[in-house]
Amino acid sequence: MSFGIPFAPSEASSAAASVDTLFYTLLAFTTALGAFLTLLVVGYAVKYRAGSGADRTGERGRSLPLEIGWTLASLIIAFAIFGWGATLFMRRDHPPADALQIAGLGKQWMWEFRHPGGQREIDELHVPVGKPVVVSLASQDVIHSFFVPAFRVKQDAVPGRTTHVWFTATEPGHYHLFCAEYCGTQHSEMGGWVDALPPEQYAAWLSDQGEGETLAATGEKLFRALGCSGCHGNSSKVRAPPLENVYGRPVALANDATVIADERYLRDSILQPKKEVAAGYEPVMPSFDGLVDEAELQMLLAYLKSLSPQGLTNSEAIR
Amino acid sequence: MSSDVAMRANYLEEGAGPRAWLLTTDHKRVAWLYLVSLTAFFFLGGAFAVLMRVELATPGGDLVSDDVYNRLFSLHGIIMVWFYLVPSIPATLGNFLLPLMIGARDLAFPRLNLASWYVFVFGSLFALFSVLAGGVDTGWTFYTPLSTLYANGFVSTAAMGVFIVGFSSIMTGINFIVTVHTLRAPGLTWFRLPIFVWTIYATALVMVLATPVLAASLILIVLERVFGIGIFNPDLGGDPLLFQHLFWFYSHPAVYIMILPGMGVVSEVLPCFSKRPLFGYKAVALSSMAIAVFGFLVWGHHMFVSGQSAYAGVIFSFLSFCVAIPSAIKVFNWSLTLRKGEITFEAPMLYALFFLALFTFGGLAGLFLAALAVDVHVHDTYFVVAHFHYIMVGGMVTAYMAGLHFWWPKMTGRLYSETWARVAAAATFIGFNLTFFPQFVLGFLGMPRRYHTYPPEFQFWHVLSSAGAVVLAAGYLMPLCYLGWSLFRGARATDNPWGATGLEWQTASPPPPHNFDRMPTVSQPPYAYPMKGLEHERFSPHKDKVRETAA
Repeated sequence: MSFGIPFAPSEASSAAASVDTLFYTLLAFTTALGAFLTLLVVGYAVKYRAGSGADRTGERGRSLPLEIGWTLASLIIAFAIFGWGATLFMRRDHPPADALQIAGLGKQWMWEFRHPGGQREIDELHVPVGKPVVVSLASQDVIHSFFVPAFRVKQDAVPGRTTHVWFTATEPGHYHLFCAEYCGTQHSEMGGWVDALPPEQYAAWLSDQGEGETLAATGEKLFRALGCSGCHGNSSKVRAPPLENVYGRPVALANDATVIADERYLRDSILQPKKEVAAGYEPVMPSFDGLVDEAELQMLLAYLKSLSPQGLTNSEAIR
Repeated sequence: MSSDVAMRANYLEEGAGPRAWLLTTDHKRVAWLYLVSLTAFFFLGGAFAVLMRVELATPGGDLVSDDVYNRLFSLHGIIMVWFYLVPSIPATLGNFLLPLMIGARDLAFPRLNLASWYVFVFGSLFALFSVLAGGVDTGWTFYTPLSTLYANGFVSTAAMGVFIVGFSSIMTGINFIVTVHTLRAPGLTWFRLPIFVWTIYATALVMVLATPVLAASLILIVLERVFGIGIFNPDLGGDPLLFQHLFWFYSHPAVYIMILPGMGVVSEVLPCFSKRPLFGYKAVALSSMAIAVFGFLVWGHHMFVSGQSAYAGVIFSFLSFCVAIPSAIKVFNWSLTLRKGEITFEAPMLYALFFLALFTFGGLAGLFLAALAVDVHVHDTYFVVAHFHYIMVGGMVTAYMAGLHFWWPKMTGRLYSETWARVAAAATFIGFNLTFFPQFVLGFLGMPRRYHTYPPEFQFWHVLSSAGAVVLAAGYLMPLCYLGWSLFRGARATDNPWGATGLEWQTASPPPPHNFDRMPTVSQPPYAYPMKGLEHERFSPHKDKVRETAA
């Protein structure tokens, strides 16, 4: 009945239906309130038009019970909507533990994705239906934003930090991927498609790409090539903290503080090693800022994460 | 029209020639200086918008290149926000009316007032230079590091223009605050002030408190670009999100700078044409102040998906729902004001009723954006574009037109064509909804904002929106013609053509240079409109009903 005119985006993720329930509830509420106020004002405008015979005797200017009444009603409704929206929103921060980890990198003007098996794709992202996927986002230049309308997810990719977005695709399909944060000349061309495939087709797609090196394995090579292993390795003469089982666990710092070794901490420790020095070690590590680019940083992080097999999951580390 | 009024020199006649206008310290003339400058900027910014809408009628980029398109929306935003909306009502109607409404001869600092216009003009030269030299492609938000490291337009020049007009805002704000505190007529207590004065006062407070933060952020950008001090650039140890925090700490309150005076205008117009006191006067006055205070605490709702902490997002969402309450209260009060009135539908009233509708729908759309999980989906899409245009254009510009038509006879001493004014109001309302309602649908479908090209399935809604823009443009061009005609040829207006209360209607139209021949005193609450039985006096020449109780 829509004559080819779209009225609503497709619902293709586990979050889409619950977000839409809230959206349509709000739509019903605002339409009802808007219609009520419109009818009220139009009704008054007709009834009390100059010269009409309507009764105009009565109270003047204000009615305290009415004013208190609508203030309280507005408060209750507003806080109910707030609570509903916030509850759904907090799920964003808690991806399931068994989620597939994909590294996403935004740069002017393309998206680059790396699968755990090392498969790399540009402006296209293949994901399995029914399995939670966490995309860790970084940016090489300006702020970009990963936006898949059919999944109702959006997250900015900010230079200098790692952010995350997760979703579980529920319907196989070919969905728009947009950059939602204005990023310069070809902003509107930056994007592509998310292909949600049934698990067996996804597995077939992965093997079609060739069994490359895993992201962690590339990271390990980089770890040696950059000389990290010279100090952090087991046989090292320089005293540097071992990195096994560090990710996701608390680290005591030289300034008596404790931080969780999440992606943010690991990334800062590579680029600005003197910022948060682990307790008991000298601040002798040089900065690798400018020596590794964002994509290499993501590989290193994948390697460091692989050193903590029993480490906490990403979501717990964020918490 | 009474002959004594005709023979007295009014402020328009006293001193002719460019020098008398450009060196004036009369608040009424400064208001005209602003009105002329702002009108020019409004149509310049509007022209950019029309070009954008024409480009967007087709999915491909066929009219202009991507770089040109990016400059169009950046300049549209920069010009409309800083060179039209922020100063719009305060600097024109506020400047003209504030002293008249409180029974003063002028603002507290008349020379500061003129200086603020010169500062505005100086700043606008920078903006115009950046337009002519090749434009800016950062968007009006100047997000780092795009604006600091990657933009290739005249960013510094435009930012400097914004920095300078900020001082004009601050000067105007200080002037208004001091004026309201010190120059009220005898008997004019705070709770006898018209709501317009309350909202101008609240606006002035926000201007004085928020604008310095914008100035500071722009200076920090310069420090980083010129001296390499790491503030926003992560390579230098800075944080790009810090800029967003600072920017929205100004720019969200700036939204209230833009809308509060519009609320003030409507609070004057609705009672006048309903011949009823404003319903819940105190609640409306205090909710203006509440909006000004809460407006400072909600900036993070622009950053729900920026990477700021989720807990910060929850708090900002909560506060955003809090700021919705005083706005809702106002809508209820305005609606109830009509009850038991003697309502007539002249152009100012039509504009005010359209404001009420568009502001309400824009505000209700705000509930979607404040609800976190829904905002994740519609953030940075056309849903947001539609929402703030409903508030800023449907709300603010419509209120500005209501005010301009309402006080036009007072400002010029002349009447305009009522028929044309009603046609223009209707065209604006229809054109506006046709332009911006489809954008809500586009946003829900996932159409991102600031896109030069788009997937073809969105075209239907874009075509509707572009068609609406043509009607809307006509609605805005009509007043330029009939008001321009009225300025020179319009029939003479009486001192109080609408039968309105308020001190500004108790002096001549146009007022004498010193505003009042006799110092007015006030002994009544505002909006002392009769309950019933008042003969409507529209456009009928009449003697002023002398309501003053001489001291």
